[in-house]
Amino acid sequence: MDSLIRAARRLPLSGKLGLGLVVFWIVVAIAGPFVAPYPPGSFVNEEVFAGSSGRFLLGSDFLGRDVLSRLLSGARFTVGLSAIAVAIAASIGTGLALCAAVGPRWLDEILSRSMDTLISIPSKIFALVLVAAFGSSIVLLTLILALTYVPGNFRIARSLAVGLARLDYVEVARARGEGRLYLALVEVLPNMMRPLFADIGLRFVFIVLLLSGLSFLGLGLQPPDADLGSLVRENTSGLAEGALAIIAPAVAIASLTVGVNLLIDAATQGKAE
Amino acid sequence: MTAQAQIAPSQTGAAHVEVCNLCVTVRAPDGSALRIVDDVSFAIPRGEVLALIGESGSGKTTIALSLMGYARGGARIEGRIRVGDATLDGTESASLAAQRGNRITYVAQSAAAAFNPSRRVMEQVIEPALIHGTASDAEARRHAVELFEALSLPDPAGIGSRYPHELSGGQLQRLMAAMALITRPDLVIFDEPTTALDVTTQVEVLQAFRKVVRDQGATGVYVSHDLAVVAQMADRILVLNRGRVREQDAVRAVLETPADDYTRTLLAAARPVVKAAVPAPATGSPLLSIEGICAGYGPVDREGRAAHPVLSDVSLHIGRGAAVGVIGESGSGKSTVARVVAGLLAPTAGTVLLDGQPLARSLKDRSREELRRVQIVFQNADIALNPAHSVGEILGRVLRFYEGISGHAARARVAELLDLIRLPAAVATRRCDELSGGQKQRINLARALAAKPDLILCDEVTSALDTVVREAILELLAELRRDLGVAYLFISHDIATVQALCDEIVVLYKGTCVESGPARAYAAPPFHPYTDLLISSVPELRTDWLSDVGRKDPPRLAAPDDGGGLCRFLPRCPVAIAGRCDTASPPLRQLDSGNAVLCHRSQAELAG
Repeated sequence: MDSLIRAARRLPLSGKLGLGLVVFWIVVAIAGPFVAPYPPGSFVNEEVFAGSSGRFLLGSDFLGRDVLSRLLSGARFTVGLSAIAVAIAASIGTGLALCAAVGPRWLDEILSRSMDTLISIPSKIFALVLVAAFGSSIVLLTLILALTYVPGNFRIARSLAVGLARLDYVEVARARGEGRLYLALVEVLPNMMRPLFADIGLRFVFIVLLLSGLSFLGLGLQPPDADLGSLVRENTSGLAEGALAIIAPAVAIASLTVGVNLLIDAATQGKAE
Repeated sequence: MTAQAQIAPSQTGAAHVEVCNLCVTVRAPDGSALRIVDDVSFAIPRGEVLALIGESGSGKTTIALSLMGYARGGARIEGRIRVGDATLDGTESASLAAQRGNRITYVAQSAAAAFNPSRRVMEQVIEPALIHGTASDAEARRHAVELFEALSLPDPAGIGSRYPHELSGGQLQRLMAAMALITRPDLVIFDEPTTALDVTTQVEVLQAFRKVVRDQGATGVYVSHDLAVVAQMADRILVLNRGRVREQDAVRAVLETPADDYTRTLLAAARPVVKAAVPAPATGSPLLSIEGICAGYGPVDREGRAAHPVLSDVSLHIGRGAAVGVIGESGSGKSTVARVVAGLLAPTAGTVLLDGQPLARSLKDRSREELRRVQIVFQNADIALNPAHSVGEILGRVLRFYEGISGHAARARVAELLDLIRLPAAVATRRCDELSGGQKQRINLARALAAKPDLILCDEVTSALDTVVREAILELLAELRRDLGVAYLFISHDIATVQALCDEIVVLYKGTCVESGPARAYAAPPFHPYTDLLISSVPELRTDWLSDVGRKDPPRLAAPDDGGGLCRFLPRCPVAIAGRCDTASPPLRQLDSGNAVLCHRSQAELAG
């Protein structure tokens, strides 16, 4: 814990800003629904697209619901779904990458070529096709988001793992008679964690944007649930009036992704020195 | 020689390079200031070469770089430096930094990494002259060809049009010297330029460097850790230790009457002698026998030959508790021998016997017990130890893997192992990147010892170390052998190291064993011509050694290079016999000294 605090202190200003934003959104995702002044689905204001007021800090949306409350619960979906999806994507991608690095050559060939095939399909189109084919339940949506980003993570992790697997300490472990699982998990994996985390952070941002994009198109989370993307979509009619109801969720998406990016940039730069 | 016509009249008098009270300070991780160079002063008259000598971390490269007004990230230079009329802060006429690549040039250790692989050599050699506008394109090219000739490069007129990958390491190193000299600089800095080369190549490069430095009347700073090399190149020596000057004198004075204790340590370490008494290895059936091994890389064809064969028909035997050395240049296949024995590379032919029992060709078919008895130690401890694990974890894993020891018993055994390699038990909790090079190499050894092996394959374990540390590691190896009865297959390119430690020596050349026999037989001729070349290429601690090394060119033979059974050394052999060496394969001769050599020449001829 101490070392974490010290590492945070050493971050440049932009990194501290990013860290602040990321921590803020994590807190919102966890505590948001508990501090929300109103239930997210209830109609509490007669006026639609109302401006900021004492009762409704971020005004009301196109149906007269409290924007702040909807934002607080929507953040949980965006952050939570994306985090679960990126965890699944990274586990599958990195797991397969380790198999390719320590396994026999043919396995590496098969995995690499099939991932190349997947990566050649544009991710948004791929997700759209899958949603069109299988519908959009929350579980399925998470799996689709994860699957879309497996190939990218595999590419990065494989190139890291293949380089590490050639090093002498892995050779020594091989000569000792260690199994492939040990080589992959104990000798190779710990040394690729830092660049891998940078990659995972980046993919988290992509997934947030993809989820928001899908929701904006109406293919993501279905009502009454709403993530930040769906909040933007359902309030598009307020765009002409410059309603807070559309600006607030858009700013939320931007601040979350920019925050993660700033943090990653600062963290990976610190490593290079 | 055209280059000689251009000798600048060497003017003595005021020193050409002057350094007064040089200090270089860096920030330590805890924020305090750390002096890595402390109050160093020296002067170099025009046309002389000063050697900076010391172990790694002594600050020799830092001093050399500060002569170019360059300090690595975060370091601060203080003191007065003057090269010609340029000073550090530019107060006189120009700043040192502005002189880089023009009046002050640099020859780095690894020329292979310093050349751009996608451009022809000539363009890169003349680039400094063109950038700084010291010569026209045609003029620079003409000067470059003269330098190539002075550096004894083959085909001086044509070599410039080739690409770096077409040239050998020794040739690239000389081309880099040409690049440094193309602007006729005031000062050339040589930073360990021959350290990465084979001894046989090193001689040629040193001879070329010395000739060109003298011909051009260049002033130089020669950074090295090797006293014997420095003795050939420099006029004066500055001995450094931990950033401080220990001694500064003419070369001969330093070598013959060293005034400082540290210099004496360096001198002693230059020629390692292992003091630990080693019992004669037990006779009887050998512990390990390698018979008729062929191995290589790439796909194996139908006749069982690898696409890139490395070893052909190599045999050797290691007795219980014996130490057998394998020497040869890079590319001779000596590391491949260790990889085959360890099971990391399956041989295409031949057998490896451990205690008379054949070992499976590949790793997965060997029993854990067989694996335990043969351990391998790699050259570079930086990449041989996993940076993600602590020393205790690295050693503990071996104990758990082979003997199932864990917990308290394992910790006790790790402490015991650390004691065995003369490191404090507290090291167990440290990570390897917190340790010095010598300490890391000891941990590397301890990992092999943890398995209680009968045989340790040492692949160049001392090559990356400073001389003083190398001597300590050799001493440790000899003690371990005495106390534990472990046998070594000791691979090295340095015959002096091998002679110090081993009972028997095998000489490999291009994957064939050209000579084998007891180590004491390598003290005096007769040798195989290749062994002779290796031994005579090791620099000696006297200033006139380089002039004495006579190199006979191999006789011109119309040899069909069919790669068949002919002697592999034929193209380089100075004593090849036309009509015999280029027609028949060489016989294995048993010499009176106990050595077996693969040569057409008789014992009497080889002795002469």
